[in-house]
Amino acid sequence: MSYQEKKTIVSLFSAILVFGIYCWFVYLRYSEMSLEGGELLRFWGAVMLILVPVTMVARMILEIIFIIINRLSTKELPPRFADELDKIIEWKATRIAFFVFILGFLIAMGSLVLHATLTSMFVILLASGFVSEVAGILWRLYLFRKGV
Amino acid sequence: MGKGHISNNVRSLRFNHNEMTQQELADLVGVTRQTIVAIEKGKYSPSLELAFRIARVFDLQIETIFTYEEARD
Repeated sequence: MSYQEKKTIVSLFSAILVFGIYCWFVYLRYSEMSLEGGELLRFWGAVMLILVPVTMVARMILEIIFIIINRLSTKELPPRFADELDKIIEWKATRIAFFVFILGFLIAMGSLVLHATLTSMFVILLASGFVSEVAGILWRLYLFRKGV
Repeated sequence: MGKGHISNNVRSLRFNHNEMTQQELADLVGVTRQTIVAIEKGKYSPSLELAFRIARVFDLQIETIFTYEEARD
């Protein structure tokens, strides 16, 4: 298995792990509060905003741990640069992730049209962000294995 | 018009070129070893620029290394 494939699998696990833990904390916090109106919007706004830096930092830490463990166990150095194949695969994976997120965004907006609660809309939006990321990672893994 | 396939003989050329390793070829043409692996397995058709760089390493014409095979309908 190539370094890129291993790194992609680690990305998949870290995405699931970080998002799962974050959602658990959000759920605990949401269930101990009874929010309405502007407070509810503020809560979900904060959930969305905090998710970005938390995800970035947590995944960076997990990636560093992977690099260290991989280096110690296989003596393999990470590639120093992304070449044309890496860039094509990255571009294709980003495109898939983008389409999945747009679909999720439309479903979230559709839920408002169908008189769903604000919480449902934000949950769909969060879920679509996660699903789009996982779709992008899985597509990247598929392309690394199958070829372009 | 069906999708064609580009085959190559990079692997045998490497072997006949003082048994050059994939990493050595990758360093000479400026890509990662994984890309050379993908090219040799026919999983990736390199860009024209990369194909020229590979041809230059072996001092051959591109057509000698890469062959375009048109898919039959």
